[in-house]
Amino acid sequence: MSKIKAENVNVYYGSKQALFDVSIDIAEKEVTALIGPSGCGKSTFLRCFNRMNDVIEICRVEGSIKMDNLELNSRKLDVVRLRENVGMVFQKPNPFPKTIYENVAYGPTIHGIAQSKEEMDQIVETSLKKAALWNEVKDRLDEIGTGLSGGQQQRLCIARAISVSPEVILMDEPCSALDPIATAQIEELIDDLKKEVTIVIVTHSMSQAARVSQKTGFFHLGKLIEFGPTDKIFKNPDNQQTQDYITGRFG
Amino acid sequence: MNSFKKNLLKKRYNAERRFQWYGKIAIGLALTFLAVFMFQIFSKGYSAFQKTWIVTEVHYDKELLLIDAESPSKDDLENADYYDVAYKAMTSLDPGLPEEEDRQLIQMVSYKYETEVKDLLLKNPDFLGKIVPIKLTASDDVDQVHKGNYPRDIPEKNRRVNDYQLQIYDMLNERGDILSEFNISFFTSPDSREAELAGIASSFMGTVFSILVCLAFSFPIAVLAAIYLEEFAPKNKFTDFIEVNINNLAAVPSIVFGLLGLGVLLAVFNLPRSTPLVGGITLSLMTLPTIIIAARASLKAVPPSIREAALAMGASNMQTTMHHTVPLSMPGTLSGTIIGLAQALGETAPLILIGMVAFVNTIPGTPVDPAASLPVQIYIWSESAERGFVEKVSACIMVLLAFLILMNLAAQIVRHKFEKKWS
Repeated sequence: MSKIKAENVNVYYGSKQALFDVSIDIAEKEVTALIGPSGCGKSTFLRCFNRMNDVIEICRVEGSIKMDNLELNSRKLDVVRLRENVGMVFQKPNPFPKTIYENVAYGPTIHGIAQSKEEMDQIVETSLKKAALWNEVKDRLDEIGTGLSGGQQQRLCIARAISVSPEVILMDEPCSALDPIATAQIEELIDDLKKEVTIVIVTHSMSQAARVSQKTGFFHLGKLIEFGPTDKIFKNPDNQQTQDYITGRFG
Repeated sequence: MNSFKKNLLKKRYNAERRFQWYGKIAIGLALTFLAVFMFQIFSKGYSAFQKTWIVTEVHYDKELLLIDAESPSKDDLENADYYDVAYKAMTSLDPGLPEEEDRQLIQMVSYKYETEVKDLLLKNPDFLGKIVPIKLTASDDVDQVHKGNYPRDIPEKNRRVNDYQLQIYDMLNERGDILSEFNISFFTSPDSREAELAGIASSFMGTVFSILVCLAFSFPIAVLAAIYLEEFAPKNKFTDFIEVNINNLAAVPSIVFGLLGLGVLLAVFNLPRSTPLVGGITLSLMTLPTIIIAARASLKAVPPSIREAALAMGASNMQTTMHHTVPLSMPGTLSGTIIGLAQALGETAPLILIGMVAFVNTIPGTPVDPAASLPVQIYIWSESAERGFVEKVSACIMVLLAFLILMNLAAQIVRHKFEKKWS
């Protein structure tokens, strides 16, 4: 089942073109990994799915991106509603400098999801449990989120993202600032989450892509070179460039 | 290592050592200047915090007071005639003095001595009919003699205290009837033409009101302008133009703002002259760019990752700004505001132009009452000829500096205490 369908997406930063005619089908409740060398446009592409490119004034997106038949690349789209449905986890953990509770409760608060204090407590607890952080922080929910360790902060950010029960979660190199143990925890988490949500992850680590994803897309110089089942991409890619990148000959 | 490399290394170390010395010398010079400046002010000004009193005896004689009633009411005491009683209290210091010379004794106390005699009885009605000791404010000349600031060896005709008065002073001093006490009235009295009575109450209140008005006008406007420019305004030629102009505004000499206040606030809007209201608005024109610049800088310092986090959670621009960016920028904004206010605190020129230089001998109760301000008070007193004002100028500077230090301290505390740490 296709969740997001991108067709002929071109992205420009001013006069410089960053993405060239990218078309991709992202399947529901699967993990799709986007790999490629730095500056290849994979993060730019990811940010099209929740319109985070709007923040960059000189950025212009062309083409069609449909999520469940809703056109995302449209002026009429309500960006706030979209981002309620499409959560994002960033490269560097960026919890708000507020308490752990407030961090998780922020999304449900602004979107009016919880009706009462009890309901909010429930949402916070469930989100933190899903993010495998509950046991570590249940006794100190009123401590500042930025006081946690890097791995905990990133899991807090994931808890924050899933607090509004999004259908899609975008992850932009979520483990690049973390140590191997924290990375393993996040990867395990991704595996659990994919039962309920569609995940698109940008990663620099090919082993990570191989471990967590079902589909992989390889980007190079703004073009989607190859897209297919992860197994195939890593074992038997069609394209020579993909082969070279996977085997570490460039990038 | 060859000798060329060795030499190069040595040179580099020497250069660093020299540079450190330049820095140390610069700091040393700055500290020396500061110390000299402080010493000057303190050595001149500390005596202003002492007030000299002359102790004498007063006889609250009912007949002289022209009180007829057997048990006089408060009104009777209020309306009594204190002239003779007060006069006698002073002339009794030297009963042998011929009547036509009595001015010499009267001049040794402040011209308000009659009021002081009256106030003592009003406070203690049971003194009526009794002879009681009383403290009278010494005239500024006697005050200066007592503090040792007045040279006795210049010829009598050039001296404001004549030989006879010096003789009386010495006699009183020997008897212990010259008192020196902490000068409360310096803080509680308004300005006066007489140095011994002059205080900073009116100018202090004027300064406080001006700063409050300035804060009330400049802070909201500046913060809103900064938030709009930094978070919402499109980046184009027009906003660039505005930015350049704000920076220019911060560099405009304050007297120009004074002229603006005079020409617009007083002439066009007819606001009351010489009041902290006008002074505060004029000062807020000066503070405005300072706060805008500080607020924009601290908004800029909020990491973009926080904005992205909020936006990605589906917060609108407004929510992102109000829930996250603005609260995080507040410590910087507030300390910038306090520093801007501290600058405004020391401004003199614009206040002179809008008439806050007028002689005000009442304590303002609201921002629309005429008032002076501390720096203007310093200016007014430094123009006065009397020796008694010299120490008042320094004392007033000390109060102003204390005020400034307190505000800067507040800025530091705000910055450090409320600054949130992010990873």
